[in-house]
Amino acid sequence: MARPLINVPRKAKRGEVIEIKTLISHIMETGFRTNQMGALVPRDIITLFTCEYDGEEIFRAELHQAVSANPFITFFTTATNSGTMTFKWTGDNNFAVTETASITVE
Amino acid sequence: MHATRRELLAGAGALCGATCLALRPSQATPDTLRAAIKKVVGNAEVGKGKISMDIPALVENGNVVPLSIAVDSPMTPANYVKAIHIFNEKNPQPNVIDIKLGPRAGKAVVTTRIRLSTAQKVVAIAEMSDGSFWSESVDVIVTLAACLEGTLGETQ
Amino acid sequence: MTARDQHKWSPVLRPIVRQMMSKLYLTAGALLIASAAIIATAAEIPLDQRTSAYPGMSRETRAMQDDDTANPATLWVLDGETLWGTKAGAVNKACADCHAEGSMKGVAARYPALRGGKVFDLEQRINLCHTGQQKAAAPFPFESRELLALTAFIGRQSRGEPIAIDETKLEPAIEMGRKIFFERQGQLSLACAQCHNDNWDRQLAGSPVGQAHPTGYPIYRLEWQSLGSLQRRLRNCMVGMRAEPYALGSPEFVALEAFLMYRARKMKIETPAVRP
Repeated sequence: MARPLINVPRKAKRGEVIEIKTLISHIMETGFRTNQMGALVPRDIITLFTCEYDGEEIFRAELHQAVSANPFITFFTTATNSGTMTFKWTGDNNFAVTETASITVE
Repeated sequence: MHATRRELLAGAGALCGATCLALRPSQATPDTLRAAIKKVVGNAEVGKGKISMDIPALVENGNVVPLSIAVDSPMTPANYVKAIHIFNEKNPQPNVIDIKLGPRAGKAVVTTRIRLSTAQKVVAIAEMSDGSFWSESVDVIVTLAACLEGTLGETQ
Repeated sequence: MTARDQHKWSPVLRPIVRQMMSKLYLTAGALLIASAAIIATAAEIPLDQRTSAYPGMSRETRAMQDDDTANPATLWVLDGETLWGTKAGAVNKACADCHAEGSMKGVAARYPALRGGKVFDLEQRINLCHTGQQKAAAPFPFESRELLALTAFIGRQSRGEPIAIDETKLEPAIEMGRKIFFERQGQLSLACAQCHNDNWDRQLAGSPVGQAHPTGYPIYRLEWQSLGSLQRRLRNCMVGMRAEPYALGSPEFVALEAFLMYRARKMKIETPAVRP
């Protein structure tokens, strides 16, 4: 499976507000579709996405079925200190993916 | 495997997208939407404004609708956007995404891509650090794509 | 306004109103029936009037295609990049072991191509390497994640290149594809040319018809919420036309691909494109 695609500026000035873009491969099966036999295809979605940076959770999103497949989420944060950002996606069927990105803050 | 779709054309030449109406759960109604919003805001008063929603007025495909939300706020520890909740009016389920922010966000701007099953309202509710709620809504028209996989679905 | 209201109108108005109503219902059908009555001309779209679907898409969909960090197809391109460097098959070699970095530039723009007297499209050519050179036990199935990833990875390296298949060597395939393109098919007795040559600038059921150029394949189709090949899209077309779709990898599809690439000669590759 593809690793998530994360876009974080490699460098930023202290206090600068930076944009973070995230894209992950996931079918986000709603649980409302029926297969060719007429049976409901069970729900299989990412339910939670979080980002931790510099000791704190800086972003949290609870996803429902209405989020498109291959969820794309962008948000902003203030560049505080150099370090690692940790991104976590969890969902149905024990789906759990963690990805990190580093940032240098000067 | 295909999503349910409504038949588009009644007359001759209903060529694309005419899949049968499969069994599906009831649509969200204005009541379900109201109830979902109530769960978030309780009995608090909800002001209009502070939120701008960037969403295409006419959507090429309801499966992937880009949505950008911006909430007017200084995002300081004393005054920031605590949460943004997105709801829809007519999908089988009224919630779309619930976002938690903090003053470190710097900007209360979030984008994502959502699914809309049909032309409907999309509602955003912003919860501020002072406990106040604000809302905005947009009407979106959804068209269907041409030439679908139809009931012959499988790609192999 | 329904049929039941007809009794309210004068006898003079009734047939007029009825005609208006039936026009309302049969708008799209009428378009097709009218064009079906006109013999599909052998005319191609003038070369300078050719355009991909890209300019006609909404601002948001175009933005999705333009930004590699936002294009869902990038997930497949990255997968393809990983696969490219992964050792595979009985010989335990990666694509990268034989193909130098950057050597795939321009490749996707010249497929389908002739090899050993047979016509291959890019997917089949990849499988030829996978089983023939890497000595893998089985080819990648059509529309499998691996094959799409590799096709997307290779295709991406031709972005901006003009389409240029070998028209001389592929003449028989192009002619076979041309014949299919202009041939009436299916329950509606429609030819591809009737929509895509003769009515490309109109709309059918709210969506632009388009000229049907294969400039962006494999595409991330919003309808599929996934990446897919040209042949998958062609199957969708044929189902829409109420015709029996050809099998993936069939000579008919490869011929049709060859004709479409010839028809789109010199147009720029956009792979991986986003389409509704």
